Amino acid sequence: MTLGLFNPRRWYYILGRKKITELIILCVFIVFFYGPLIHLFILAFADKYEYPWVLPREFGIRWWEYVFKQKSLVSSMSLSFTFAFLSTAISMVICLPAAFILSRYNFKGRKLIMLSFLIGNAFPKIGLYTSIGIIYYKLGLMGTFVGVLIIHMIESMMIMIWLPTSAFRSVPRQMEEAARDVGAGPVRTFFSITLPLAWPGIAVAAVFAFIASLGENQGTLLVGLPTYKTMPVEMYGVILDYPATAGAVFALILMIPHLLLLLLLRRYIGPETLSKGFKMN
Amino acid sequence: MAEDIKLEIRNMTKKYKTGDGVENINLKVRKGELVTLLGPSGCGKTTILRTIAGFLKCDEGEILIDGKRIDHLPPEKRPTAMVFQNYNLWPHMTVYENLAFGLKLRKVPKQERDRQIKEILELVKMSGMEKKYPSQLSGGQQQRIAIARCLLLKPDVLLLDEPFSALDAKIRSQMREELRKLQIDLKITVVFVTHDQEEAMALSDRIVVMEKGHIVQVDTPANIYENPINKYVASFIGEMNFIELEDKTIAVRPEHVSVKSGEGNGIKGTVRAVMILGHYVEITVDSEYGIIKAYVPNESVVSYYPGESVTLSFSKFLEYPKDEKVVM
Repeated sequence: MTLGLFNPRRWYYILGRKKITELIILCVFIVFFYGPLIHLFILAFADKYEYPWVLPREFGIRWWEYVFKQKSLVSSMSLSFTFAFLSTAISMVICLPAAFILSRYNFKGRKLIMLSFLIGNAFPKIGLYTSIGIIYYKLGLMGTFVGVLIIHMIESMMIMIWLPTSAFRSVPRQMEEAARDVGAGPVRTFFSITLPLAWPGIAVAAVFAFIASLGENQGTLLVGLPTYKTMPVEMYGVILDYPATAGAVFALILMIPHLLLLLLLRRYIGPETLSKGFKMN
Repeated sequence: MAEDIKLEIRNMTKKYKTGDGVENINLKVRKGELVTLLGPSGCGKTTILRTIAGFLKCDEGEILIDGKRIDHLPPEKRPTAMVFQNYNLWPHMTVYENLAFGLKLRKVPKQERDRQIKEILELVKMSGMEKKYPSQLSGGQQQRIAIARCLLLKPDVLLLDEPFSALDAKIRSQMREELRKLQIDLKITVVFVTHDQEEAMALSDRIVVMEKGHIVQVDTPANIYENPINKYVASFIGEMNFIELEDKTIAVRPEHVSVKSGEGNGIKGTVRAVMILGHYVEITVDSEYGIIKAYVPNESVVSYYPGESVTLSFSKFLEYPKDEKVVM
């Protein structure tokens, strides 16, 4: 007697109706989610890919070499990272003291201030950028490095305030008191005790700010063109001007830093830190 | 003798917005003395400790150490050191770093630092633990390090805020003994806060009994036990029987109640329960004045059984006016 291992009917009775539905949904999801990614990979490593072949006839890194030879693409990468580093660093310098104050003092309007950082992210960005554009023209910031940097910092402002605020909040007061007690002044207490203890939450915020800056495109496109083209901005041009295979390579390169940072995040910081970070109190 | 006084609190008042707090606190602690602030939670004992340490500003009054006012100083400038209930070791630093932090601030050179840390770890029986992180230590060990961290800085006054309440009973009594020994050997002045009357009795040179933000009685453990100033203190320290009469309340310690079988001169009652508690026996008697407890030596007890008629007499008792209310 032969048992047809691929007979769907057997599967149905082994797994039951609920399980089989879940399995089908999962399969659809995987195809939907990973299909484009796989296609991207195939494209990026396809040296020879012609109609009517379904798969490339030759794999290789020809398009990678091509992309890295394009001066404008390479420079956009370094520009993107420069902006990401600088905007993260500067917004840390600005936001961390603010977050500390928000976490330690319960003044009137505290929640309103916290919420106001959400507003920037609650409306369609393009409206915000239009009004920023008007201000920028007046201030002469249009098309300048500083102008783009400010756009990137606005992007990460909310996360840079909210996560560190809750991180500072979760440092027990008595840890600080113990430091004061053995003779440390307020400033040293902050740098030796409070900041290191709040560090995991701050690191999460910094990673998110970094990723947000790397992905920022609308604002940079409006403010930075034609002088400052970051990777996502360059992507628009790539889609229009380059072959699809080069675009795939570029898209993969864009993904790498995000993946690395998210992996780091998962490795060192648990989901609780994240969920705690978005509590308002 | 005036020069003997290490810490003095004069007319200190600290009120919170809620209306809680402490009022008119006057206290003198002698050099090398261990004084315990004792009272139920919310009575203001921790408030007093935190004003001495500088974490709270007092509304009125003065705090002096060696005759110099310190109440205007921030905590880091005060010659006090505090051991907290939850140890509060810094979790991102090793034991060594935790201990070295205060010494570094005082610019003690590295060699001297190492020597002192080694010495203090020996003193609190934690040698060789330098490289451990606080989370690798048990509660008792963490509290030893916390105490060492304070002792290292040779404070004029050591403050302890319920330091052993997070530990289990056995380690607690062991730590208690060790602390007392350290305190006597090093001749440190200590202010200790606890809600555990047993702990206060075991440790202190003097006990400050507090109720609702006021000091009720200050005396040695023995005197407080023998002569509690009012019903509140009597009920808070040790076991006490209260017998309500028409015009007064009589308070009797269980060990001052003697029990005799049968009828006789005294208070009549029947035995309700007999409980053997080691070297003595607790007899609960249902008397004409309510339940009365008696502690009697173990050997004389064989004959008592529940339901037996007995007569009680008191070898010693205290009297309090009727109108006082006991707050437990």
